[in-house]
Amino acid sequence: MPRIGVFVCWCGSNIAATVDIGQVTEAAAEMPHVVCVEDNKYTCSEPGQASIRQAIAQHGLDRVVVAACSPRMHENTFRKTISAAGLNPYLLEIANIREQCSWVHADRVAATAKAIDLVRMAVAKVAQHSALTSSTSPVTRRAMVIGGGIAGIQAALDIADAGHEVVVVERSPTLGGHMAQLDKTFPTLDCSACILTPKMVEVVQHPKITLYAYSEVEKVDGYVGSFKVTVRRKARSVDESKCTGCGACWEKCPVKVKSEFDLGLGTRKAIYVPFPQAVPAKATIDREHCIYYLRGRCRICERFCEAKAIVFDQQDEIINVEVGAIVVATGFQQFDQAAYGEYGYGEYPDVITGLEFERLVNASGPTEGKIKRPSDGKVPETVVFIKCVGSRDEHKGVPYCSRTCCMYTAKHAILTREKIHGSKVFIFYMDVRTPGKGYEEFYRRASEEDGARYLRGRVSRVYPKGGKMVVLGEDTLLGRKVIVEADLVVLASGMIAQPDAQEMARKLGVSYDQHGFLTEAHPKLRPVETNTAGIFLAGACQGPKDIPDTVAQACAAASKAAALLNREALEAEAMIACVDEARCSGCLWCEPVCPYKAISAKTISERVGRRTLTRSVAEVNPSLCHGCGACTVACRDSALNLLGFTNQQILAEVEAVCP
Amino acid sequence: MKALVLPASGAPGFAAEVSRLAGTDVQACYACGKCSAGCPVSASMDYQPHQIIRLVQLDQKDEVLSASAFWLCASCVTCSVRCPREVKLAQVMDALREISRRSGVAAGQPRIAAFYGSFLDLVRSGGRLHELGMTAMYKLRSRDLFGDIDLGVKLMLRGKLKLIPGRIKGRHHVAGIFRRVREHEAGEGGKR
Amino acid sequence: MRVYSYYPGCSLEGTAKEYDYSLRALAPLLGMQLVEIHDWSCCGSSAAHATSHRLALALAARNLNLAADMPGGARDILVPCAMCYNRLKVTSAELAADSGLRSAVESDLGDKWRGAAITAKALPEVLLGDIGVDAVAQAVVQPLEGLRVASYYGCLLVRPPEYTGFDDPESPKSMDELVRATGATPVDWPHKVECCGGGLSITNRELVAGLVADILGAARDAGADVIVTACPMCQANLDTRQGLAGKTRGTDFGLPVLYITQLLGLACGLSAASLSFQSHLVSVAPLLEKVRQLGRARQAAGGEGC
Repeated sequence: MPRIGVFVCWCGSNIAATVDIGQVTEAAAEMPHVVCVEDNKYTCSEPGQASIRQAIAQHGLDRVVVAACSPRMHENTFRKTISAAGLNPYLLEIANIREQCSWVHADRVAATAKAIDLVRMAVAKVAQHSALTSSTSPVTRRAMVIGGGIAGIQAALDIADAGHEVVVVERSPTLGGHMAQLDKTFPTLDCSACILTPKMVEVVQHPKITLYAYSEVEKVDGYVGSFKVTVRRKARSVDESKCTGCGACWEKCPVKVKSEFDLGLGTRKAIYVPFPQAVPAKATIDREHCIYYLRGRCRICERFCEAKAIVFDQQDEIINVEVGAIVVATGFQQFDQAAYGEYGYGEYPDVITGLEFERLVNASGPTEGKIKRPSDGKVPETVVFIKCVGSRDEHKGVPYCSRTCCMYTAKHAILTREKIHGSKVFIFYMDVRTPGKGYEEFYRRASEEDGARYLRGRVSRVYPKGGKMVVLGEDTLLGRKVIVEADLVVLASGMIAQPDAQEMARKLGVSYDQHGFLTEAHPKLRPVETNTAGIFLAGACQGPKDIPDTVAQACAAASKAAALLNREALEAEAMIACVDEARCSGCLWCEPVCPYKAISAKTISERVGRRTLTRSVAEVNPSLCHGCGACTVACRDSALNLLGFTNQQILAEVEAVCP
Repeated sequence: MKALVLPASGAPGFAAEVSRLAGTDVQACYACGKCSAGCPVSASMDYQPHQIIRLVQLDQKDEVLSASAFWLCASCVTCSVRCPREVKLAQVMDALREISRRSGVAAGQPRIAAFYGSFLDLVRSGGRLHELGMTAMYKLRSRDLFGDIDLGVKLMLRGKLKLIPGRIKGRHHVAGIFRRVREHEAGEGGKR
Repeated sequence: MRVYSYYPGCSLEGTAKEYDYSLRALAPLLGMQLVEIHDWSCCGSSAAHATSHRLALALAARNLNLAADMPGGARDILVPCAMCYNRLKVTSAELAADSGLRSAVESDLGDKWRGAAITAKALPEVLLGDIGVDAVAQAVVQPLEGLRVASYYGCLLVRPPEYTGFDDPESPKSMDELVRATGATPVDWPHKVECCGGGLSITNRELVAGLVADILGAARDAGADVIVTACPMCQANLDTRQGLAGKTRGTDFGLPVLYITQLLGLACGLSAASLSFQSHLVSVAPLLEKVRQLGRARQAAGGEGC
């Protein structure tokens, strides 16, 4: 006969104000198999937990019901409590009389009656519980980092420094990401390349890190501790092991192509490295523009390559990598300004994006750091910056704040005033958001010391007039229309998810939000984990982020991954699905409904009479099963059961409340 | 209301001039509106105090000087005390009145300008303010002839309005101070 | 006896003469001797600082120089008028901080700046800081127990605090302490430092009437019998515009507005005549009657007599 203890929590006044605790304890004392009832002001507190442990010893309890808050809150807490008193942790049931009762009801009498019913159900269920144990699986002590921007670089270095092997996969020919395109960085104005390139070099030199640049993740199988990743190494048409990055090839290449790195403001060759400090410093042939691939002749690069590194018939290579943890650091893309016809981006060359401004102001950029307007190369005297282009605009853009634009626009204003003596800078804004260390001070510097004039209001229209760009806006602080005749207009573009972020999410089996950003397991308490164990997030793939936040998050993801890789073996979920092979007809309807690919077919042999028959049945991989229960619903034979939520246990609850 | 055309409609250097004269940096203002929220007379102003600061920031000299808001400022200093950016607005309003007077622009509140003028004329001639004399002069200048006649009578009956102006010995020194300050201002005006 | 240079200011010769009379009558009772600054002139307040920074500084500097030249040497100046006090303080501070301004003002004055050692003090500052609230309480012979008093500080006595500094600019307490020393009850009310618009009283009557009505209304809501102030502009404005303010709100406030010296004088046994109550527009008679009744009631109850 089970011996059940019931512990009713007041949760201060959270429960006690609405539920009559006395009545609940009295009713619980009468329930079958209940041998002990206690109430506590805060059961989760140390004294509260001690009283549970004490009661287990004193009354010889073998099962426990805690009537308190949601199991999401404290189920684990109380599992540990009873485990410390020698009980199997799964001989526990939580009756949620807070979120599902006291918080949502006002009528004390009805709420008390409902609380009693909830406790009655929990008592009936826990009487059916049996001890559960979880299996273990080994850990492959290697991590993969997907994406080679500052987030991926930082995560890779941290994991490698913790002593684990790391494989970095970057789809472009070089590490660096967006940070490599930036000029100075706020709020300290240190040069982006100066702080980034040493880290890029460190990645390729680190003995624990393997870099696959110009490569993409094709497929991810397996589970935490044991992922199997398929990587496509795209053909560069250059043998990386031979190429010295000497530059002879791209100097001689006759084909000029608009440079992606310079956002079309400058050019590169058909064989190229994206920028001088690229890592790895290996050339890549752009087959879409190379004359040889288009017309079958040229091969000038091959002629001038002393290292004999050009391989025109190089093929993509597929490799398989086994890792225990994955850090996703796939970054963001800039919002497409074409949505704003009224600002004329793409139509008027002197309307540019913030990222384009970075290239214009950068010493290694197409203008060698001189701010010149694209239309005629003239140095602009009056520059207008428009913030929130794409951001905070549900009509044409996205509803959220991109978090970086206020600061980079302040930086652009400072750089403009420093580089163009006597220039006038006007910034149209809706709010100035500066939540970061030294950020408000930086913005004030732009306004006070560097003379940027902030105008509160959204711009309605930008159009050309006599060699100038006329910006029509409103100063909402004055309630006045404002017309600025500008030489250059810079749009502070928002950050949006990568175009293929959702495809990547599906490959990884992680969730994403309505904007395509990958979703963290908990916005506050598990910010770098995903809902899929062993996969972590770093940087702007999770949402708009600046460099300091990105680096901090990358460090956090790395420490989570390293902690995982430090373990010899992983304990799997105990409350998983199990198959009653005698009932299973082998239809395998359960297989496609499993979101974790945990179910497969297996062949068993049975003796029927004198004959031995073989047939197929479903099998659950305990390392992959998350205990979601989807298979148990799909099973036509009631052969699948979720441990801890068996059909028998749930029916016991139903019978308790509807006798 | 007409649009601001930037930077064309601004008078370059106006914001800096006001900041210098007021001894406070107008560009520090981030337009939170706390000054206007606490101003006892803002309801009667054509521009709110923060809007005056805003126009000054944008060098809109002509529009600012045509406003009556800074003439209405009662110099209570509440704005300066509460400003999170330590902009001394009361001193800005003083500076605007001074710039307005020195540029000979018609005051947005002629009565207040007439009051100040009468006040100072009496101090210049007598060394001290003779309230009755000032009131009479103000009434002539502002043509506010009959307002407060009853009040004047009551004050007179209570002996609160001194009939004969007292003249101090140092009145010539005081007049000299006025002369030298005005000469200096005229010289500065000429330089500008 | 503490000796002070005394700077009455122009208002105390006219509309605020009762402030001057009551202060001169009260001073010896509190151990103060006032020596009027010889040939003082306008301090540069109001019209001057509102239209010319240099003129305002030079006018104030002339008076600070005169105080430095007093035969008794450089003594603190007692400045009863809040506006004059404010101008003299601002001038001292600005000239101390800026040598360029100092030489400019010297050229406007046609004289050297000699006022650096002179400190201008407001009346509550002197009474609390120098004389002491205990000495004030000891001088009280007719305690005003039962009287509810709203202390009205206005603007320039406490603002800006970097120049004034002796009291809190948002929640000042100095006059309330003096009120408590008389035996009266200082009322807690929200309009202690709200501006009454005194500077615009002549030019913008309707605007000012609204501000005055708000202040009087708040004092009445707090149950005050009387308002006390240390600013001639505030007193004149709250007194003379009380009728108009009442009209705009359809009420008769009937709140006498006294100078703090008048209230202290009353408690220290000075006669109504020497305190010039007859020159107020809002009658002080009901208040004096109430004080008499409270005194009689106290005597009947066997309290200490005077």
